[in-house]
Amino acid sequence: MPTFVRTDKCDGCKGQDKTACMYICPHDLMLLDKDGSKTGHAMKAFNQEPEQCWECYSCVKICPQNAIEARHYADVVPLGGSVQPLRGTDSIMWTIKFRNGNMKRFKFPIRTTAEGSINPYANKPKPDIKDIGSAALFTEASVYKCDRSQLLHAK
Amino acid sequence: MATEATFGNPQVVEEEVDILIIGGGMAACGCAFEMMRWVEGTGLKIKLIDKAAMDRSGAVAQGLSAINTYMGGQDPADYARMVANDLMGITRDDLAYDVGRHVDDSVHLFEEWGLPVWKQPGDEGKSLRDGGKPVRSGKWQIMINGESYKVIVAEAAKKALGMANIQERVFIVKLVNDKNDPKRVAGAVGFSVRENKVYVYKFKSCLLAAGGAVNIFRPRSVGEGTGRAWYPVWNAGSTYAMAAEAGAELTMMENRFVPARFKDGYGPVGAWFLLFKAKAVNAFGESYMEKNKEMLKQYPPYGLAAVPASCLRNHLMMHEMKEGRGPIYMDTPTALAKLAETMTPKEIKHLEAEAWEDFLDMCIGQAGVWAGENIEPEKKASELMPTEPYLLGSHSGCCGIWVSGPEDLGAPKEWSWGYRSMTTIKGLFTAGDGVGASGHKFSSGSHAEGRIAAKGMIKFALDNKTWKPELDTPVNELVEEIYRPVRTYLEHKDYTTAIDVNPHYITPKMLQFRLQKIMDEYCAGVATWYQTNAKMLSVCEEKLEMLKEDALKMRAKDLHELLRAWENYHRVLTAEAHMKHIQFREESRYPGFYYRMDYNFIDEKNWKCFVNSTYDRKAKKWTVFKKPHVDLVSKPTAGH
Repeated sequence: MPTFVRTDKCDGCKGQDKTACMYICPHDLMLLDKDGSKTGHAMKAFNQEPEQCWECYSCVKICPQNAIEARHYADVVPLGGSVQPLRGTDSIMWTIKFRNGNMKRFKFPIRTTAEGSINPYANKPKPDIKDIGSAALFTEASVYKCDRSQLLHAK
Repeated sequence: MATEATFGNPQVVEEEVDILIIGGGMAACGCAFEMMRWVEGTGLKIKLIDKAAMDRSGAVAQGLSAINTYMGGQDPADYARMVANDLMGITRDDLAYDVGRHVDDSVHLFEEWGLPVWKQPGDEGKSLRDGGKPVRSGKWQIMINGESYKVIVAEAAKKALGMANIQERVFIVKLVNDKNDPKRVAGAVGFSVRENKVYVYKFKSCLLAAGGAVNIFRPRSVGEGTGRAWYPVWNAGSTYAMAAEAGAELTMMENRFVPARFKDGYGPVGAWFLLFKAKAVNAFGESYMEKNKEMLKQYPPYGLAAVPASCLRNHLMMHEMKEGRGPIYMDTPTALAKLAETMTPKEIKHLEAEAWEDFLDMCIGQAGVWAGENIEPEKKASELMPTEPYLLGSHSGCCGIWVSGPEDLGAPKEWSWGYRSMTTIKGLFTAGDGVGASGHKFSSGSHAEGRIAAKGMIKFALDNKTWKPELDTPVNELVEEIYRPVRTYLEHKDYTTAIDVNPHYITPKMLQFRLQKIMDEYCAGVATWYQTNAKMLSVCEEKLEMLKEDALKMRAKDLHELLRAWENYHRVLTAEAHMKHIQFREESRYPGFYYRMDYNFIDEKNWKCFVNSTYDRKAKKWTVFKKPHVDLVSKPTAGH
């Protein structure tokens, strides 16, 4: 299901240096066609290598214009179905349309904290560098209770 | 600068740091989080390089519906036993155990950072750290709402590192050994996929955590569906290839994973088996696991465990397919109907949502297949299929690099020669898919393993504080090598009228097709039902030699294609390692994953050992050898 970009919705991220989809695609597939020489649609993004698309939907989820959708792999899937998300800050809404017209909608939570709110070391112990050779990680609770009698050769 | 950098004339950026983290996935994020706390006040300079964007890089980019490794009160010794049995006995208990005793802390952090973890009724709102009981989908697995799993983990790692210490969209393609010590790493080189820049880093130590290997075998779908690999298509074997070229000892590269998944979409089956209690059946509705139970007895003790080894489950499934009783189905309607017998309509609706979320969190493509084929799981069963082979060290596979393990678990001293997580090359560390002979770490264990490696790397960097890295190759030679595909293209592009057909070069795409054809047809791919023999492997060997030569003739018409060229160079070396190891191991250790038809049995007496190898990058030759195996925790034996 390679992703595709709708000409009526993509605004090329308003001429910024890079588009959101180019920024996020893990496989470097999305490309902004600045002068339209590649697609005939200037200042719009496109998927430059659809047969390498993992369908991870990272571009679909991040697009500020909701301009990116997916058309299921043509060599595998019958036409007519679609799976489209709308990702918010704490949940994601999915609309699934079947080839026969049936629809399903689901909403799932995605995170319990505000985006950007993580403070990784708040209320965490500060380790002493002289313990760098010990087995324990710096967060105290990581010393897991183990039954060492199970180890056949350990002292 | 005198002249502006161009496609054929890149700008060279040189930088020296103390520690370089190569990769941005779960292991790299864990490493960064642990490391930055320890190094406060040490003055050590750290940098992380990711070929993509950390928010959505690595195997967890799309999200996950479960965390597959969470002890929750179980003993790491039991975990090490499970790992060993699933991987047919040949794993390092020290590595599995160490992940086991640290993994829960990583999971607790994920929850603190904002990852929603399913809880049992009555425990909603109570964190795992405070004793909240998770919803188990298996002995070691817990369910999550994991669409943003990687975004959350990356946010913590990015905050820990600081954006100034992160370089995204730079693909590291080669490690450089030290000028004065060939068994030591001193630097790494790569290029930007956005600008005409080559990056040369020097360091005291580095973490090589660039994932497993996908698309080295011809996939079942070869059109647009090529991208619908089970593991992420951007995992190009870079970890194994770069480590091998630097001289690091690899281990168990003969191991592979052939997941049995929903056909074509490769959607997860775990929740269907474990949570919804669905059965996999042949075309006539017979459960092949029950019907072919006797076959498991041929592989004691691995087939006799409560959960038989993954490869053996494939072995029983493929028996049905080869006997002509396919397709194989996941009987979703029966499972859901059975659950519905005792449920209210509201609970059923909730269950249906859970079933769909399993796909939508981690394999949206499978939902696409169901939508296109009008499959509603309560009404229609779905086909299952074994996929093309994958190489990895974090999931149900154990290929990778040989690393130094923990000192306190009773391992032989050959397994623990110094800095934890260091390979046999000084200063080169790895985690996640990079660590061989363990497996079943999954996302959480990879994060924990990155944290474990961080400590070893810091210790190494501090112990070598005054040491100055010197590259064994001049920078201009490295730049020439990295940009060779670009030079080749610019030099020859006007020789023909068709840009892709030219006797002076091969496109990265065609090179990949050739690799996939060779591996599929001779090295136990799907074309031969995962079967091979010494004769086929020697043909494979010869064809790979020529392919490796031709890999130096790849062209790159733009930076995107330069990325693909180097990914495929890594794939070729990784594939060669896989082939050499299968050739060396004269038995069929993983029935259901591959068969050496000339040695179609398990030989516990002669082959219950590790197979390790090293690569000589100058001579371009492999040396493959045995390493003894011992158990560090008690295990069932073939006798009982």
